[in-house]
Amino acid sequence: MRSVLNLRAAILSLLIFVLFVAIWHAATLPVEKAAGADPEYAKLLGGGKSSGLPTPAMIGRTIWTNLADPFYDRGPNDKGIGIQLAFSMARVGLGFLCAALVAIPLGFLIGMSPLIYRALNPFIQVLKPISPLAWMPLALYTIKDAAISSVFVIFICSVWPMLINTAYGVASVKRDWLNVAKTLEVGALRKAFRVILPAAAPTILTGMRISMGIAWLVIVAAEMLVGGTGIGYFVWNEWNNLSLTNVIFAILTIGIVGMLLDLVFGWLTRLVTYQE
Amino acid sequence: MHKDFLKVEGLSKVFPGARGDAPLTVFSDINFTIDKGEFVCIIGHSGCGKSTILNILAGLDEATSGLVIMDQREVSGPSLDRGVVFQGHALMPWLSAKKNVEFAVRSRLPKANGVTVEAICRRYLDLVGLIGAEHKKPSELSGGMKQRVGIARAFAIEPKMLLLDEPFGALDALTRGVIQDELLNICAQTHQTVFMITHDVDEAILLADKIMLMSNGPQARIAEIVVNTLPRDRSRHTIHKDPQYYLIRNHLVDFLVSRSREFTECPPADYDPKRPPSVTPGLAAPEPVIPESLLTSRAIAKPVLVNIRK
Repeated sequence: MRSVLNLRAAILSLLIFVLFVAIWHAATLPVEKAAGADPEYAKLLGGGKSSGLPTPAMIGRTIWTNLADPFYDRGPNDKGIGIQLAFSMARVGLGFLCAALVAIPLGFLIGMSPLIYRALNPFIQVLKPISPLAWMPLALYTIKDAAISSVFVIFICSVWPMLINTAYGVASVKRDWLNVAKTLEVGALRKAFRVILPAAAPTILTGMRISMGIAWLVIVAAEMLVGGTGIGYFVWNEWNNLSLTNVIFAILTIGIVGMLLDLVFGWLTRLVTYQE
Repeated sequence: MHKDFLKVEGLSKVFPGARGDAPLTVFSDINFTIDKGEFVCIIGHSGCGKSTILNILAGLDEATSGLVIMDQREVSGPSLDRGVVFQGHALMPWLSAKKNVEFAVRSRLPKANGVTVEAICRRYLDLVGLIGAEHKKPSELSGGMKQRVGIARAFAIEPKMLLLDEPFGALDALTRGVIQDELLNICAQTHQTVFMITHDVDEAILLADKIMLMSNGPQARIAEIVVNTLPRDRSRHTIHKDPQYYLIRNHLVDFLVSRSREFTECPPADYDPKRPPSVTPGLAAPEPVIPESLLTSRAIAKPVLVNIRK
């Protein structure tokens, strides 16, 4: 039953996609101007060209040429999409890892101690809603390195969901399980790793998944600001080159990579989820 | 039998009143003892503080006053000497049945090697009839099986005393009966000292050597201690045929229905909370309730009826 539904959904998705491409194609077709019009005038209006937006076929060709050679490097402003993605992923990975190293232990502490929770809560509430890009000037001034600054921005944006989810997950571990650990005289460290961590793992991983989603959103903007390398810079650079096909290609790439990252974390979450 | 293995003296629990309300004394001046190898049940209405008493014995809760002495040592905080079977089984859902037991065994024997731990786990899983299902997660087990894992886990640490908080409350009657039999067997084999909360009068008579009756809270007391005078090798299949059974049962039900409330309102004049009275309702009344004449007349009646039909 389920597989039939999946199949029908897949067919519908495909139909929507085909319809979308067809409309796109029709909308970007070169329009023949009415015969007899002044050719000079027509040229001024853009000749036989339409809106100037690329056609699906042009995008197809761009995707092909970019993917055929993803790792070329011809100077600072002309690198393959693979290299740009690698730069972005490395920044996101590094910032995310640092955030996890801070947020998970701190979240444990906050979740286990109502005192620390109350003490830190005002700071978290103020810092959490700040757009991570607002930190950029301060980061650039203090760190004096554009690449590390963008890593810092990733760190600061991915720390909050992980921190809050870890604290919440740890604080809501069932009393019964903690009582079991107490009656078995389980030590603090063993309790943290064998009882609290597995109990809170699904919540923690959900937080990591949210963080990763935000980090991937933010890296594009951050790289547009600091420039140099990365998928965000690629978008901005192609805009400066007035190459809309490459911009659209980059948009698609960002979407697909973001989806894959989310899938990985979704899979990891399922791995640690338990049924009660 | 080691006398007074567990001694509870002057136990009371007072909850501070919420927002200016007067503080609430759930129970006060609770005194009782449990001998080694004895199975004691405690019965009372909700709110009399049974669970709180059990949690204090377990070391998970603190009494407002009074003390608990087990094996000549004061109970302060949880200990591996007292195994607890929780009301809601409290298994860790990310671990299989065996891993749940193993977690307890490793807590008891942190330095033991894998083979020893494995052997202990298997022995206790076998004892509760879970071999074959030991690799299943709790979510894949039925309610009865989950509670069996909980029992195996509590027994596996070989505690000096076992505390059971209404362990069969959530089970259907058939499953409950089977596990009661198993518990009876295991206790007979291991001579375990047990303190158990129950709401089920029949369960108490089947399992317990001594049944403590608690009056209604607040200000609950142990009103009396019913000594179970049925032979110790009783079984679920024959217990209801013993004439003592109904005498004890009626006594317990009477208490729960009316006397538990009356007791709190006006305790008997000679009541001493330091020494709650022991009673033996099973031996109290004279022999059968049905007069001899009635039995014989029925015996004659049967063939007469047959004759009429002919």
